[in-house]
Amino acid sequence: MTATGIGASVKRKEDYRFLTGQGSYTDDINRHGQVYAYILRSPHAHAEIAKIDTSAAESAPGVIAIFTGADYDKGGLPAGWQIHSKDGSPMIEPPHLPLCKDRVRHVGDQVALVIAETYAQAKDAAEQIDVTYKELPAIISTADADKPGKPQVWADAKNNTCFDWHLGDKAATDAAFAKAHHVTKIDLVNQRLVPNAMEPRAAVGDYDRATGEYTLYTTSQNPHVIRLLMGAFVLQIPEHKLRVVAPDVGGGFGSKIFHYAEEALVTWAAGKLRRPVKWTAERGESFLTDAQGRDHVSHAELAMDKDGKFLGLRVSTVANMGAYLSTFAPCVPTYLYATLLAGVYTTPAIYAEVKAVFTNTVVVDAYRGAGRPEATYLLERLVDKAAREMKMDRVEIRRKNFIPRDAFPYQTPVALQYDSGDYFATLEAALKASDWAGFESRRADAKKRGKLRGIGISTYIEACGIAPSAVVGSLGARAGLYECGSIRVHPTGSVTVFTGTHSHGQGHETTFSQLVSDTLGIPIENVEVSHGDTNKIPFGMGTYGSRSLAVGGSALVKAMDKIVAKAKRIAAHLMEASVADVEFKNGTFTVAGTDKNVPWGTVALTAYVPHNYPITELEPGLEETAFYDPLNFTYPGGCHICEVEVDPDTGVTQIVNFTAVDDIGRVINPMIVEGQVHGGVAQGIGQALLENCVYDEESGQLLTGSLMDYCMPRADDLPNFKVATQSTMCTHNPLGAKGVGEVGAIGSPPAVINAVLDALSPLGVEDISMPATPLKVWQAIHSASAKVAAE
Amino acid sequence: MPTVEMTVNGKRASAQVEGRTLLVQFLREKLGLTGTHIGCDTSQCGACVVHIDGRAVKSCTMLAVQANGASVMTIEGLANGEKLHPMQEAFRDNHGLQCGFCTPGMVMTAIDLVKNNPAPSEEEIRHGLEGNICRCTGYHNIVKAVKAGAAAMKG
Repeated sequence: MTATGIGASVKRKEDYRFLTGQGSYTDDINRHGQVYAYILRSPHAHAEIAKIDTSAAESAPGVIAIFTGADYDKGGLPAGWQIHSKDGSPMIEPPHLPLCKDRVRHVGDQVALVIAETYAQAKDAAEQIDVTYKELPAIISTADADKPGKPQVWADAKNNTCFDWHLGDKAATDAAFAKAHHVTKIDLVNQRLVPNAMEPRAAVGDYDRATGEYTLYTTSQNPHVIRLLMGAFVLQIPEHKLRVVAPDVGGGFGSKIFHYAEEALVTWAAGKLRRPVKWTAERGESFLTDAQGRDHVSHAELAMDKDGKFLGLRVSTVANMGAYLSTFAPCVPTYLYATLLAGVYTTPAIYAEVKAVFTNTVVVDAYRGAGRPEATYLLERLVDKAAREMKMDRVEIRRKNFIPRDAFPYQTPVALQYDSGDYFATLEAALKASDWAGFESRRADAKKRGKLRGIGISTYIEACGIAPSAVVGSLGARAGLYECGSIRVHPTGSVTVFTGTHSHGQGHETTFSQLVSDTLGIPIENVEVSHGDTNKIPFGMGTYGSRSLAVGGSALVKAMDKIVAKAKRIAAHLMEASVADVEFKNGTFTVAGTDKNVPWGTVALTAYVPHNYPITELEPGLEETAFYDPLNFTYPGGCHICEVEVDPDTGVTQIVNFTAVDDIGRVINPMIVEGQVHGGVAQGIGQALLENCVYDEESGQLLTGSLMDYCMPRADDLPNFKVATQSTMCTHNPLGAKGVGEVGAIGSPPAVINAVLDALSPLGVEDISMPATPLKVWQAIHSASAKVAAE
Repeated sequence: MPTVEMTVNGKRASAQVEGRTLLVQFLREKLGLTGTHIGCDTSQCGACVVHIDGRAVKSCTMLAVQANGASVMTIEGLANGEKLHPMQEAFRDNHGLQCGFCTPGMVMTAIDLVKNNPAPSEEEIRHGLEGNICRCTGYHNIVKAVKAGAAAMKG
């Protein structure tokens, strides 16, 4: 390994600009003649729009235009995934117009677009728009949405049901339960979360009168996807007249995958007004409009034989979609959730039912982990409960049911085929790193200090590296999910890498530079990575589902294979040798068995200055593009162990140790990988202990609508993390990479809650829901002790 | 409209502003210093922290007119030419940033923290960063960076 090669913790190339304030985020971009958009939003969760009077606002200072739903003449935001219900009928797919026409369906829905010379003027003018609403009752509750007699979000969606879907073999599962020695049952809520990337969403639309070309600068994880969705489905602008740029983006976590109304509105308005239009969300708008995450209500049952071997699993889940279908919403509680219900276990029969419901709330879509944290939380809570009921050790019951090391490739009963993994190895490493064996003495010591100490474990798997196009196509995806990469070798031998993935914190500029510099044997400073601009990058599906290295990196490997193959032909010509005899290593071409050699730079120069060149057989130039479509998902997995101390007087839970041992396949930059795990774990701990998106059940107002109300993890809420990798290689991509972006958020929540329950178990507490806030923990302690006293 | 005048990163700056203009808006929109970020609207996130007369202040919590006559330092003014401030260097060395959006505020806060407490413990660092939210790093590496930055600033 070289100091900058694969496996080295190279300091990040992107850091200098971020540390000196030279980053270029969307809100930092200003176009000549730019005007500002403010969006008047619904104050009601559900109402008819009886009348909109914009007359006073139109004459307010600085106002250029005001548009309402009546003015909007283009398409709605499309859903990118179609699910079919059990009975074969397609999901209900309601219209999702960027400006509401006659009805608003959640607090924050777009009612009017006000454009003025300054943002303050636009906002002032919006206050003068007089909207007459006829309020309607709202449905908020996930669990109640499909009950008869509730307010209906869409006339077409009877009992608010978008789809009623299932996966697995019901008869086989019923048979497994019929012969069970014991069945463990659990009811769980996976609460709604707000992603809260630190950069609020923003969009600048621009229109070039000379060329008729539109440009959208936007906070996106996947600019090509936005170009496709907005161009083809919403505004009908062909790709060659639409450029989408996602510059530096301040975090995404899924919430910046989706195509949002504001992107279409600023682009549309820029075309109408012939002036650039800028919109930047205030944080309050982020809370009301960024797609939120999770929000499942589930019942699950696990059938076991007398030795605790899992025989069957039944799961029934209601998943909240919000008021509309966001871009990838339908696939999250189905193909990213139910397919993961085998976990790391050999459960032979699984049957899952998922009902998706509409409510008068903000849309729900993928948030870090997307479906897989929900599956993992359900399974790992259930397995812990099963161990308690079977009076088995928590670790032992897991070992007993792990998929054996020699069983790969392993076909689960819920559609996936795991290619590789070693769950015993990650478990053992985590047990050792966390000193699981020594826990009881730490518990005893904490007891002396008046604290309740607990330890919790989670052994998880996820499916990422999204995704084999043919497979996801058969499951309802309306797009391919390959990735594109281009390698441009310049005449002097330096290289520009074009990737369809997008970096918004992941450090691709560094990781991909390492990959390319190592493979081509050139200094890392001679490699530049370009991303995020549809005019520069041939195509791309973007960054989500922990796919960038496994899929995007593999595309770069394929492109480099082509580069090397062509370069060898040029080198063979220069060395007057047969191509078959040319070898390439460390940036030098040699002829096997001779001392003949030509360096990389000479070959690059020859490609562009082809004076001595096999011109009849080979084109000049050295630039190659590859599309890589994965053959399977990748399957990172591992073991997370959390140790907590609960103060019984205050109910405050402190995390005293957190250990994550993850199998993520090939690691290019361990420093970046550890950072990804830290961040994911922090979000998982946030879900377990702090975060909860709460709506008022009557009015539908978002009660946690600011950073003062929604509890984000802060520095003093979190511990240091013990992070390690213990990897097996992915068997089907050229890098062996699995992915690391989401593992932290997937593995950690059940480890934390299992630890809290372990701490409280001496008091007889058997259940606690996320987030385990001090209030909830305190109440659990006191109701348990009241119960004990009564008995 | 009132005219404000202040020293920003060692240079005189003056402009006409509306009375309601926040200091962060003045810095970003009038002076083009977009390194200072706006991450929230409730003075919670700390992405907008700058130094005013040597003290860390959330520039979204102050009107531009209130900074009249003050000396303001933003993230753009920290490095000495190409040479990073030791705290900036420590963030890079310890991978204390990912998306970079909270980073300017984090660095400005960290410098003020260390100025007031040259050898902070981990607990003091975590407490001192309570007013700055990062969604990417889980703070682990930020805490390490501040510790290393503190040591480097002493040296």
